[in-house]
This record gives sequence, C-alpha cells and structure tokens, in this order.
Amino acid sequence: MLSELPLLSLVIWFPILGGIAVLFVGDDNPGRAKWLALTVAILSFLISLPLYSAFDTTTAAMQFQEFMPWIPAFNANYHLGVDGFSMPLILLTAFMTVLVVIAGWEVIQYRVAQYMAAFLIMEGLMIGVFAALDALLFYVFFEAMLIPMFLIIGIWGGPRRVYATLKFFLYTFFGSVFMLIALIYMYNQANSFEILDFHKLPLSITEQTWIFFAFLLGFSVKVPMWPVHTWLPDAHVEAPTGGSVILAAITLKIGGYGFLRFTLPITPDASAMLDWLIITLSLVAVIYIGFVALVQQDMKKLIAYSSIAHMGFVTLGFFIVFGLYRHTGNLNGAAMGVEGGMVQMVSHGFISGALFLCVGVLYDRMHSRQINDYGGVVNTMPVFAAFMVLFGMANAGLPGTSGFVGEFMVILSSFKAGFWLAFLASFTLILGAAYTLWLVKRVIFGDIGNSHVAELEDVNCREIIMLSLLAAAVLLLGLWPDPLTSVMHATVDNLLQHITVTKL
Amino acid sequence: MQNVYLGIVLAPLFGAIIAGLFGRKIGRAGAHWVTIIGVGIAFLLSLVVLRHHVFNGAEPYNDTVYTWMMIEGIRLEVGFLVDNLTAVMICTVTFVSLMVHIYTIGYMHDDDGYQRFFSYIALFTFAMLMLVMANNFLQLFFGWEGVGLVSYLLIGFWYKRESATFASLKAFLVNRVGDFGFLLGIAAVLMAFNSLDYADVFAAAPLMAKVTVQIVPGVDWSLMTVTCILLFIGAMGKSAQVPLHVWLPDSMEGPTPISALIHAATMVTAGIFMVARMSPLFELSETALSFVLVIGPITALFMGFLGIIHNDIKRVVAYSTLSQLGYMTVALGVSAYPAAIFHLMTHAFFKALLFLGAGSVIIAMHHEQDIRKMGGLWKYMPITWLTFLIGTLALIGTPGFSGFYSKDSILEAVHFSHIAGSGFAYFAVMLGVFVTSFYSFRLYFLVFHGKERMDHHTQAHLHETPAVVTLPLILLAIPSVIIGALTIGPLLFGDGFGGSIFVAPEHNVLEHVKEEFHGALNFALHGVIGLPFILVVLGFLTAFILYMLKPELPGLIQQRFAMLYGIMERKYLFDEIYQSVFMRGGRSLGTTLWKYGDAGLIDGLLVNGGARLVGWFAAVARHLQTGYLYTYAFAMIIGLLILLTWFVAR
Repeated sequence: MLSELPLLSLVIWFPILGGIAVLFVGDDNPGRAKWLALTVAILSFLISLPLYSAFDTTTAAMQFQEFMPWIPAFNANYHLGVDGFSMPLILLTAFMTVLVVIAGWEVIQYRVAQYMAAFLIMEGLMIGVFAALDALLFYVFFEAMLIPMFLIIGIWGGPRRVYATLKFFLYTFFGSVFMLIALIYMYNQANSFEILDFHKLPLSITEQTWIFFAFLLGFSVKVPMWPVHTWLPDAHVEAPTGGSVILAAITLKIGGYGFLRFTLPITPDASAMLDWLIITLSLVAVIYIGFVALVQQDMKKLIAYSSIAHMGFVTLGFFIVFGLYRHTGNLNGAAMGVEGGMVQMVSHGFISGALFLCVGVLYDRMHSRQINDYGGVVNTMPVFAAFMVLFGMANAGLPGTSGFVGEFMVILSSFKAGFWLAFLASFTLILGAAYTLWLVKRVIFGDIGNSHVAELEDVNCREIIMLSLLAAAVLLLGLWPDPLTSVMHATVDNLLQHITVTKL
Repeated sequence: MQNVYLGIVLAPLFGAIIAGLFGRKIGRAGAHWVTIIGVGIAFLLSLVVLRHHVFNGAEPYNDTVYTWMMIEGIRLEVGFLVDNLTAVMICTVTFVSLMVHIYTIGYMHDDDGYQRFFSYIALFTFAMLMLVMANNFLQLFFGWEGVGLVSYLLIGFWYKRESATFASLKAFLVNRVGDFGFLLGIAAVLMAFNSLDYADVFAAAPLMAKVTVQIVPGVDWSLMTVTCILLFIGAMGKSAQVPLHVWLPDSMEGPTPISALIHAATMVTAGIFMVARMSPLFELSETALSFVLVIGPITALFMGFLGIIHNDIKRVVAYSTLSQLGYMTVALGVSAYPAAIFHLMTHAFFKALLFLGAGSVIIAMHHEQDIRKMGGLWKYMPITWLTFLIGTLALIGTPGFSGFYSKDSILEAVHFSHIAGSGFAYFAVMLGVFVTSFYSFRLYFLVFHGKERMDHHTQAHLHETPAVVTLPLILLAIPSVIIGALTIGPLLFGDGFGGSIFVAPEHNVLEHVKEEFHGALNFALHGVIGLPFILVVLGFLTAFILYMLKPELPGLIQQRFAMLYGIMERKYLFDEIYQSVFMRGGRSLGTTLWKYGDAGLIDGLLVNGGARLVGWFAAVARHLQTGYLYTYAFAMIIGLLILLTWFVAR
C-alpha cells in the first residue's frame, strides 16, 4: 500500500502546503503558528521514514518514481525518484527541519509565522532538489530554494544582513546560471530534460569539459569549495541560528549531491581528466581553511570555516576514484571513497547543525558570538558543556562519533590512490582537533570569565531535547554506520561502473 | 565464554553511564559503588579468562560482536580477540583500575566532581579493555582514541585551572600527531591486505615481506617498513616517546589517581601493547625495528636524566614513567616482545604504587608537591613509606623484586641482539639503570628522610592517610614484589603468551636469554653479581651521599653546571620550540591566509572587486545616457555610418 502512495510528492508538498497554512495562521497568533509548524515538521519527517524502510537496497534503479507531463513543449516532466544518494539526504532534510522549528521556538519573537513557514517551504524545496529526476524541475527547485533562505537571512539576520544576503544570492546565482546553460545545451542534444538521459548522452571531450566547468561553477559555490567559499562565513554570521543550521546541514550538501548526480555521470571523461583540480581544491580546503579556522574570533565564523574544511573530504572522496583507478588498475577502494564522502555529508549535517545550535544557545543568552566574551561556561552550564564537548569531539573526528566515519573512509581510500594524498588529507586529524578543541577550551573551560558568564542559565528542556536528538544521531551513526552505508552500495557500484566507461 | 568477554567490557561501561548520567541522583556513594562493582566484576571475569587461556591452555577466541560496516566485501567490525597476551593485559588493567577506584574514594573525597571522576575512570577502563581485546585495527583505533578522550577529560578535570585545560589540549593534540601516523598505518594495512582483521592480516603478512612501494617517486621502500613505521608513530604518541613525549609531564595536572592509572600503568603502555600485537608485521622489517630501537633508548636515557633535576614529586615519577616506557620500547626493538609486555605488567604495578604513594604524600602535605619542602615523612606515615620503598626497590631493579626480572630480561635481550642500533641501545639502557637508581633514591630520601623542611602548620597535621588510600598501596605492593618471580618462567621462557606473539627465528634474542635461565631464584642470585646491580648500588650511593650525607653538594654542582642544568630544567627546550614553531607558527599562518588570502585576495580583489568593476563600468556607461536628443541622434548617425561603411567595404 505504501508503494502506491506518491510518497515523494507528499514529502515535497506537504511541508510546502503546511508552510502556507502556517502563513495563514498569521503572525498575530504565534503560539498556534508554532504548534502547527511543529506538527507539520514532525509529520513530514514521519512521512519520509518509509522511504528508508521500504527502500530496496539491492538495486541502483530509481525508486518511488512518479511521472507526470509538465511542460510538453519542452518535453519537461514532473519526474521524481530516489536512489541511495538522494534518499539519505531527504531524511536528513526532514530531520533537521524538525530541529530548526524547535530551535526557533522561544527565540524568534518577530514575525513568527513567517519564520516557521519559510523553513517549512524551504524543506519542501530542498527535498524537491534531491528527488527531481528532470533537470528543469531540478533547476526550478534549486533556484526557488534561494528565496526562503534569502528572506531568512534578510529578515531575521544580524546587522550586516544586507551585505551577507546579497553576497550569498549573487554568488550562488552566478554559479547556477552557468549550470542552466549546460542543462539547455544538453537538452538540445538529448531533446529531453531527463537527468538519466543526460547520463547516457554521448559527449565529446570538449563538450564534456565545458559542461564540467559549468557544473563546477554551480556546485562548487554551494559546497563551497575554495576559492568560492567566502560567502559562507558572512552568510552564517548574519543568519539566525535556524538559517545557519539549514545552510550548513542541507544546502551545502546540494553541491556535493550535484557532483554525484550530474558532474560524475554526465562528464566522466572530463572528470577523469580534471580530477586533479578538484582534489587540489579539496586538499586546499582541508589544510588552508583549517589554518584559517584556527584564528577565527567569532564562533560562527570558526564553525563556518570548519564546514568548508569538512566538505573538502566530500569532494575528495568523490573524485579520488579516478586517481585510484589509474594507480591500481582496479576499483578496489573506490566505493569506500564515494561512500565516505556521502557519510561525511550526512554526518556533517548533524555535527555542524549541532554546533550552530550550540552557538545559538549561547547567543540567545549573551548576545555575543565573540570567543573572548566567554570562558568558563561549564561552571554555570554543565549540561550544555557536556553537549558542546561531545559535538566538538565529533567535529574533531573522534571514533565512535559520526565525524570519524566519513573521514576515515576517505583517508583509507585516498591512501590507495597515493600516499601523499592521504598524508595531506590526514592533516585534518591535527587541524580539526586544534581549532575545535581550542574553541572548546576558550569558551567552555577555565574559571568564570566575566559577570555575564556567571549569570548564565543552563539549557532548558527544549534545548536538551534538540541537542539530545542530535547527540543520539551523531553517536548512532558513529557506532553503527552500516544502516546508512548499506543503502548506498548498489547505487555507488552502479556509479563506479558508469564513470569508468568512457563516453568518447 | 562470549558472555564473559562481553561482561568484562560492559560492566565498567554500565558503571560509567550510570555514574555519568545519574550522578546527581545516586549521590557520591552510589557513584563509587556502581563503578567499583562494575570494574570489580570485570576484574573477576578477567581472572576467569586468565585461567581459561593461560592455565587451561584454551584456544584463542576470535569472534565478531557486531558488524560496524560492510563495504566492498571488507567487513569492518567490533569483535574480540582473546588470547594469552590479551588475558595478561586485561588482568593488569582491571586490577590497577580497581585499586585506583578504591583509592579515589579517599583522594577525591572533598572534590565537587566526585561522580564525574568515577564516571570518567570507569569509562576509561571500558575503552582500554576495548583496545586490548580488539580483533581488528578499526576497534583498536576506537579504543585508542577512546582512552585518549578520557585522558583529555581527566587531565583537564580541574577545568578552572588554566594550566590543566592547556595541558589537556596539549595532550590531545600531541596524541593526534601520533594518530596521524597511526591512521596512515592502518590505511597502509588495508591497502596491503584488503582487510583490517588481525587474523587475516597476520596470516598474509609473510607474503608481503618483499612487496615495495614508492612513496618518493623512483625510490622503492618495503611496504612493511613503511607500514610499521607509520604504526609506530602512533605508538610514539600514545606511549610518549621522544619527540612526542611532551604531553606526559604536563598531564600531571590531572588528579593523582589518573596519573597512576592512565599516565603510568595502562594507557601510555597501549603503544607498547600495540607493537607487541603487531609483532608478525614488525618482524618483517628490520628497518622498522631499528627505528624503534633508536627512539626507545633516547627516551629511556634522556627522560631519566630529567628525573634527577625536577622537584615536583609527580613530575619526577612522570619522567621515570617516560624512561621506563623507553625500556619497553627498547625491548620491542630487539624483538623481545614478551619482555616488553612483562615489563609493562610489572611496571603497571610498581608505578601505580609509586604514583598512589606520591598521592598519599600529597594528601598528607596538603597538596604541596615540591620535594624540597618535604623530608622525614617516614615516621608520620609508615604504610606509605614502606610501600613507597617497595615500589622504589622494584623500579630500580633490586634482585628478587618484580622490576628486576623484567628489566634484567630486557638488558639481557638487548645484549644478545645484533640488529642495527642495538649497541647504542645497550649502552643507553645500562647507563639508564644507574640513572633510575639515582633519581629514585633522590626522590625517596628527599621525601621520606633527612631534615623535615615543611612549615610548622603542615608538620603539625602530618598523619597517615585513611584506609581507602593505604589499602590499595598494600595490595599493589604485593605484586610489585612477587609477580616477577612468579611469572618470569612461564611468560618469558615458557609458552606463556601462546601463539599471540610472533618472533622471527633470527631475531629471537629471548631464546639466548633462556639458555642462561635456570629458574627465578637462580636468576636473582645471578643478578646480584651482575653489572646492572653494581650500577644500581652506585646510583643508590650517589643519591645517599648527595642527599643524606652532604646535602649542600647538589647546590654546588648545580651552580658549577648552570648551563646544562638550565637546559635540563627547561626539558631540553622541546616545549619552547614546539610552542614557537607549531603553536605560534600555525596561528600566524592562519592569520596570513585569512587576512591576505580570504579577505584580501578573494574577497577584496575578486568578489568585491568584481562588484566594484561592475559599478565602475556602470558609472562610465551612465555617461552615455545623457538624456539629450542630439547626443542620441549623433550616436545613431555615427552608428549608421559605421554600418554602411562596413557593408560597402565588405
């Protein structure tokens, strides 16, 4: 019976319609708007669960497919479906939205209904991005997603929010325009917007190279990769806590997802030819950004830079496959790299979300994000300190937490492609621990730093619930990642088979 | 038996979780009871395991608990390998841990973080047990980082102190440098064997002896050499070998019970255990063994020197620990793995005893740790005094005491070794015997004998510590005396470790030692006339003369060699160099990249520069839009002319 329901449409449109309903409840009635938003978010998450439980792990084919003609003139269709890459990200999106609604509960006092609605609509659009199998549909969701985020930062953001929103918008828009050109070009070749048709499209190396760079501009800004990352720290600093959480936990993942869905399968030869570029940029992200994160004075900026460094592992894991294949002549270990990148995406969703929530908890009390304004928080907020240390350790990649799994897999995989790749990537062990634990030391430990810290109250029940949910996710994924990786195996194998066959 | 093994690891974990999450509800007594019972169960079950494997000779147990991840046909799992090596380790770990738990009741009596402390040490016991019971590299790394985490938490236990939180961060980061190598070593193992399971890896190891890799293009290196050196870098971090030793002396910022448990008896020996476990790999690479054999003696000797000049009672014992870890590393380097584990075990007992004894002194001295302000304590605290003396005698290797058997076996083994570096190692460990004896007795005399140098208030309140403190001292003193004589035969020269340690025939130095071994008593009698014992006596006499007979001499020597003393007091400048190169260097590199790379180049020039360029272009272009009809008409005519010219000229 489950399979007959249009599950994907439900998880896309239910939160969007729910968001609109919240808008109608209106800002005059914040209590009812919040409860309605929470109900919608929880229900959306519950609706998304059958995607996991009814998922067939033995096939790489798209599942839960839905197909309807949309714009017949362009042969564009409302075509949805998920595989082992998109399904976990959809669940992550639905899960994080629940937390964001809880996080904004008492904090947002201004235009509450609009705030909640923005996040619910955002949820539907992001899930749409992951579920779309039609390139035009994908593009529509991809761009539409910018609007709620633009509003979230622009309305509920900090003092420099106008600069941040413009930078965010122009940066991402700049990238995606080139992606659109590539999509239209391929539409002209294939006479279809079906992404799966694009995968089979024979393209010369010149065409592939152009398309590769067009996609790279679109996705690298989202990830973000060095050197197109500078919008992220500004956006995070100005965004409200919930905005930061969604930005870090989900929207960055859309860049990584784009590489898997478009770049690798559509332009395999160009990817093989230019893999050094992505790998170099990834390692620059890990090391260069690691050092930059070390000297940040603003907690949110520090976590933002840490996000960039961690996302470096995602792109590294995705593109290690070519070097590995050239170096060893077989694909042993390649799946570990790609799945490692995927695990890193999900894990980073939890951890960065949790860290931004932690900063939010402090910011709500002290109205400062400067590390120097804190010190000795453990004395007044012991429960919070325990959470912060846990998430800090997860960010530093401690085994037993989810942060370890992806990095471990990517390092193991890259060692097979070359010792020095793994050597450079492993710097994250030291740098990640250095910037995270130094942050923890300065904020959490020590004697009470000032009179404001002395007056802090520990986390309340609501905050404990949201942090506990994330702590459980981080530990579960760290202690037992198999439930996540096992849904990807077939999809990853299929991708690897696909991209090692030349299109020329 | 599987339930027994599970019980060993889960009982302490259960205690840790209860004490950690519900500490406030169950209260102080509840927290110490739940953890002590947990660790006590683990200890009793460990004894069952010891009997089962070592005495009844059961086959090693190797099975999966659960599959962590299955990928590309490689099973990454959590599972147990229990053989004789593991059995010895878990008994040592749980016994010392139990003693430390009991001792903590007294030592942390007035501390606000009582429940938290018990939760941490029980959690540590769990992680350490997972480490030694692992049957694969992944779980080894889990335990490895788990003990590192608890060590971090415990060094920074008194989080209000800046020095403590600094030391904890330092310990974690220095260990991360070691883990850097360790993780790459694990990656090398996976690449070579396509498995992380010990059994698979060790079975296939001989096939890999001749395989080479090119790390630097054009240069062929043995894959096993690279792998083993990488793994050993991990051991250097955890077991505090030069140059990654800098965290251990600072770790003394933590409460004394954990200095005994973590930073002397168990965690720091994890690296030693790991190399012994990996003996089938290390045996394939003499280069790697030589590397080990260079690091070990340097640590053993030069860290011993520092024990001579420092004045903080815990730091002296810490330097002694570093030096003894060096001895174990030397034993690994000459392929005398059983001797290394044997010394690890005896050292766990007597060093835990010394640390807990030092803690007892610290309690009595009202948290004064400077040995220059102590003296004559023997008559105030007889149990502490006698047990500390026993620990000292065991440490220096007095014939008959446990430390004698293990240390002398190492000396003998080095003597018979022929691999590169063994000559240097022999010299260093021999000289180290004198140094050990000297700093140990210096400490002992300054603390327990001679003039009472404390203030009157402290002196008036001096008394023996309570029974929860002295009982563990007594219980640890017993094995410090007898365990060596009892176990040297079966462990070193019998089949005590079963098949868990592999030694290539050409490296088997213990075989030579065995030829000269005729029972424990004979070994001790033989030891009395040996060179090491002469060095021990010389060390004792030197300390006796300098600190009992002529207490004014050390000051004079210090003045005479002021420069050398200065370098030693600053710990050979390691800390200064690391701080300026890595800490300050890292920060200024970060600032440079941020200010000039991100803010200057990317944002300043490209992003905002791009925006400015658009703005500038618009400003220029705006001048075209004058709003005057004649300008537009003029432009149209000019344009028309150009077009016409082009058409005609074409």
